[in-house]
Amino acid sequence: MNTKPNSTEAVRPGSAKQPDSIRLLIVDDEKDFVNVIAKRLSKRNFEVTKAFSGPEALRAIRKADFDIAVIDLKMEEMDGIEVLKILGKMAPELPVIILTGHGSGAALEEAIHYGAVEYLAKPCDFEELFDKIKEVCAKTGGKKNV
Amino acid sequence: MNQEKILKDPYYKSLTRKILLIIIAVSFVPLILVSGIILNRFNVSYHKKQNEHLRELVLKHKQNIDSFLQEKLNSIRFMSKSFSFEKLNDEEFLRNSLASLQMEYGSIFEDLGIVNEKGIQISYAGPFKLENANYSDAQWFKNAIQSDYTISNVFLGLRGAPHFVITARQYRQGIPWVLRATISFSAFNSLVENLRIGKTGFAFILNRNGEYQSKPRVEAVSDKVYSIYNLIVNGRNIKDDVYFSELDDESENKYLLVASLIKNGDWVLICQQEKSDAFSELTNARQITVLIILIDSIVIIITAFLLSRWIVAKIAKTDDEKEMMNQQIIETGKLASLGELAAGIAHEINNPVAIMVEEAGWIHDFMEEEYLSNKENKNELERALLQIKTQGKRCRDITKKLLSFARKTEATIEDVDINEVINDVISFCTQRAKFANVVIRSNLQEKLPILRISHTEIQQVFLNLMNNALDALEKRGGNVILTSMLEANEIVVSVADDGPGIPKANLARIFDPFFTTKPVGKGTGLGLSICYGIIKKMGGIIDVRSVVDAGTTFYVRLPSKRMD
Repeated sequence: MNTKPNSTEAVRPGSAKQPDSIRLLIVDDEKDFVNVIAKRLSKRNFEVTKAFSGPEALRAIRKADFDIAVIDLKMEEMDGIEVLKILGKMAPELPVIILTGHGSGAALEEAIHYGAVEYLAKPCDFEELFDKIKEVCAKTGGKKNV
Repeated sequence: MNQEKILKDPYYKSLTRKILLIIIAVSFVPLILVSGIILNRFNVSYHKKQNEHLRELVLKHKQNIDSFLQEKLNSIRFMSKSFSFEKLNDEEFLRNSLASLQMEYGSIFEDLGIVNEKGIQISYAGPFKLENANYSDAQWFKNAIQSDYTISNVFLGLRGAPHFVITARQYRQGIPWVLRATISFSAFNSLVENLRIGKTGFAFILNRNGEYQSKPRVEAVSDKVYSIYNLIVNGRNIKDDVYFSELDDESENKYLLVASLIKNGDWVLICQQEKSDAFSELTNARQITVLIILIDSIVIIITAFLLSRWIVAKIAKTDDEKEMMNQQIIETGKLASLGELAAGIAHEINNPVAIMVEEAGWIHDFMEEEYLSNKENKNELERALLQIKTQGKRCRDITKKLLSFARKTEATIEDVDINEVINDVISFCTQRAKFANVVIRSNLQEKLPILRISHTEIQQVFLNLMNNALDALEKRGGNVILTSMLEANEIVVSVADDGPGIPKANLARIFDPFFTTKPVGKGTGLGLSICYGIIKKMGGIIDVRSVVDAGTTFYVRLPSKRMD
């Protein structure tokens, strides 16, 4: 897949947009990870938008609505906690799952404090991530027809 | 460090030597100084006292001898003045006079005689046949005719026996005559000899020519005696009228001579004593002092020797403890930095592993859609993908363990009954123990305090220790004993096996991450590091004691009052 750096892009499930699919924003500066997760989720009927940095994620949220966001904690330009803080004001209703390979207990606690609803450690089982997303969406009233 | 080792170490060897020398120097300097000063003062005062004593003796003796001579001379002078020449010239009268003198003084007066101006003894009373004896050439007569009175030197004379004479000169019609009396040498000698000083001291008399005027008890300082008169009289050791001198004889014996002039300086009374005798008390005191110093020196040297060794052993022990403490600090620091490093590595590995696993998952997603004509190939591909997934999980487990060693993973704090955890762990391991022919026993103290710690973490610690014990016993079977007890404010749990033990070289490193003695692929070398990290986080201590071929015991000590 051809990805343009510093730009968000939506990966449509199948070839056309499906009206019931969950709109998911994935934010991580590990591009390869973002790409593969996006592809796998798209395949499972998610409408995935990729962002490779905090500012990029915020731009994407400003442009479009999302049902859920999966955010990494440790990113170079703006870390996950910063993004969460801004989201707390900008889109307080957006549920956020933290998916990180750098998560210390304290950082995860801080993330929960700033509004993250769940957290997962990398490398995680994809099915686990999938289940968590479904679970969160179910709780927060997101789209259920995954 | 034992005494032998301390003595072989050059640093402690030189330290021992320095302390030894300092103790010896500090003890010896005052000892020698004080003893020296005291001995010197004693020496000086004893010499002074001894000289004073000798001076007194000699002066007294001189007075005795002088008054003896004076008394006898006065008697003769009185006689010569009181009686006329004619009366004294009567031999009968002379005999009577001698008899009355002898009655008065005993046998001191041997004879009496009248000698005319020509030296002929014209009358005589006494035991010898000396009537008309000619004394004209005798030195005593020459002196006597020229003086009012004389006391002669001792001489043999006509009788051939030592004696001396007392003379008094008178005139008859302008012609001089002399009354002479012979003094018994033996009587005079016994008077002189009467003085005894110490064991070796005696007195004798010399005339100006250095001739004996008395018979000394023993030979005086041999040949040198002749020069003694001049030596003494011209010597510098003059105090009042007593002269002090010291002389050596051929055999290097030292003699003390104390002298005084008698008979108006004609004779000299000499008291001679061996110096060793005169100062025997001083010599004794010196010997005792030297003996005391010697004994003291031996005591000082032995004390210094033992004390220096004792001090250095103490220093070495302290140094050892310090070294051990440093080692522990280094070890702790090393483990801490290794923990940081491990955490860093874990984080860095997590991302690439996550990508790998997800990519494999992505392939798997496709495979579900794609039709592969060769079923075998499909199976093989699925197996490979599953393997990637499994190995990815394995990596995740390792990084989780690394993180838990670095104490950066989450743990829920809850009320934990240690005995319950131990019993759980025993039940987990029962199957494996049965298989490995290991008997697990427990000896748990009841009603231990409840701890506020992470249940999963403490379970992980005991499980780890249990697994290690079972690994050690796997080949040959054996026993594992778990005990728990309350010691002061600590709960102590021990896991003891009777396996092959841990070699001493490995003991120091067993808590290091990645240190393992298990075959490659069997152990990560993280188990005990994690245990160490967990127990440390709980404020406790994990410790090990092991004897090769006897077994290994791990001790976990947890503070029982921990409430956070």
